[in-house]
Amino acid sequence: MNLPAFNIPSPIAKAISMLPTYPPSFVLSHVLNLALGRLIDPAALEPLRGKLIGIHVTDAGLKFFFSIGNKGFVARKSGGTPDLAFSATAHDFLLLATRKEDPDTLFFSRRLLVEGDTELGLIAKNTLDAVEMPRFDVAELMPRKVLGRLFA
Amino acid sequence: MSLELVCPAGNLPALKIAVDNGADCVYMGFKDNTNARAFPGLNFDQASAREGIRYAHAKGKKVLLALNTFPQADKWQRWQAAVDNAAELGVDAVILADPGLMQYASRTYPKLRLHLSVQGSATNYEAINFYHEHFGIQRAVIPRVLSLAQVEQVVKNTPVEIELFGFGGLCVMVEGRCSLSSYATGESPNTCGVCSPAKAVRWEQTAQGLESRLNGVLLDRYGANEKTGYPTLCKGRFEVNDETYYAIEEPTSLNTLEMLPQMMEMGIAAIKIEGRQRSPAYVEQVTKVWRAAIDAAKRAPQAYNVNPAWMAQLGKLSEGQQQTLGAYHRPWK
Repeated sequence: MNLPAFNIPSPIAKAISMLPTYPPSFVLSHVLNLALGRLIDPAALEPLRGKLIGIHVTDAGLKFFFSIGNKGFVARKSGGTPDLAFSATAHDFLLLATRKEDPDTLFFSRRLLVEGDTELGLIAKNTLDAVEMPRFDVAELMPRKVLGRLFA
Repeated sequence: MSLELVCPAGNLPALKIAVDNGADCVYMGFKDNTNARAFPGLNFDQASAREGIRYAHAKGKKVLLALNTFPQADKWQRWQAAVDNAAELGVDAVILADPGLMQYASRTYPKLRLHLSVQGSATNYEAINFYHEHFGIQRAVIPRVLSLAQVEQVVKNTPVEIELFGFGGLCVMVEGRCSLSSYATGESPNTCGVCSPAKAVRWEQTAQGLESRLNGVLLDRYGANEKTGYPTLCKGRFEVNDETYYAIEEPTSLNTLEMLPQMMEMGIAAIKIEGRQRSPAYVEQVTKVWRAAIDAAKRAPQAYNVNPAWMAQLGKLSEGQQQTLGAYHRPWK
């Protein structure tokens, strides 16, 4: 799969940035919870427990905040400086998520910014790297299936 | 002799991707400071090591295990147990730096193949032959300080196979002898398995630029479009006599693609790719390029030409602004 480079057009980004951050954070944390336990060993993320983690999609002007609690990922309202924050464009986040690019490569070329506690960042990166990706199955992403799991 | 491609694996997906894309060997470490990439969350536990070895062996590839830090006197059992574990798991070789550990491994497991780590810092054939005579070392990884002509001298005067670094991040390259990281953090590769431990590193975007600090020491401040490097003391820019510059070394990556035919000609046994700390995407991209290059050089050494696409791909993955042939290319002796 080759992803064409893209940037989110600025009028759309402007509109998105005016939306509240909590609802998308809520959705993201639930999506992450789908992987927890099945793909990600919760013990590996123990050092991240209780820390405020921020994800900034720069070209979309979109910010997510979440942390890890007893039951997995929890959406958080912004407030205070995150303990760990990642910033990149939507396209670059997609390249990272699909393992098309190496985070160090993007970091060296200034496309990925990691701020805050470097050790937490490394734990997050290495834990995700160690995940054995199941074969990509589009059916798993069908809305009914995802919603079914969200409210299970 | 056939040239082997030795690729890094910081985790199971990286190991599998290296094997799938043409590595002849992969090297890995356990999840503790018995290896020089003791980063949080990296490396192999018992289950992933077992699965990695099974996967590689099923495809006819080898797994090397790095046990290349120096055992600390009060925790000797940890290193001893790591050798026991490696032998039990059935790795194809262990990569060692410490003579005490070599003695333990060679006496306890005479059939376990031993490689001399770059951290062992052996830069001449006398040193390599010493390790061979006393501990039966079968391969040595040469520190990145010798010119190719000097490497050739080593190869001609030792029965030990020689492995050279082909690609990856460069540091000041006094491998096995550098304690710069300890100077700022109290931890360095030989003793703690880590250079610039993550807990001591901070990156911060400031009005002046992106700043990297190691235990509070300002290492560098990058302008908006400057490529960054790893936050190590050797690659920092410092003020010396009112001038700010790379006072020790500029961040660069080693890339020896163009020397492949010469390396093969002189009988190098293996080319090593640096980067167990990198992600599977890096391992995949580097392994593909080097597999293609080695195959091309084997097919027709005379007609071998470095494909510009290979260089572009490796350039993209590199740390810092440039790639270099390092000490290998040095006309003076």
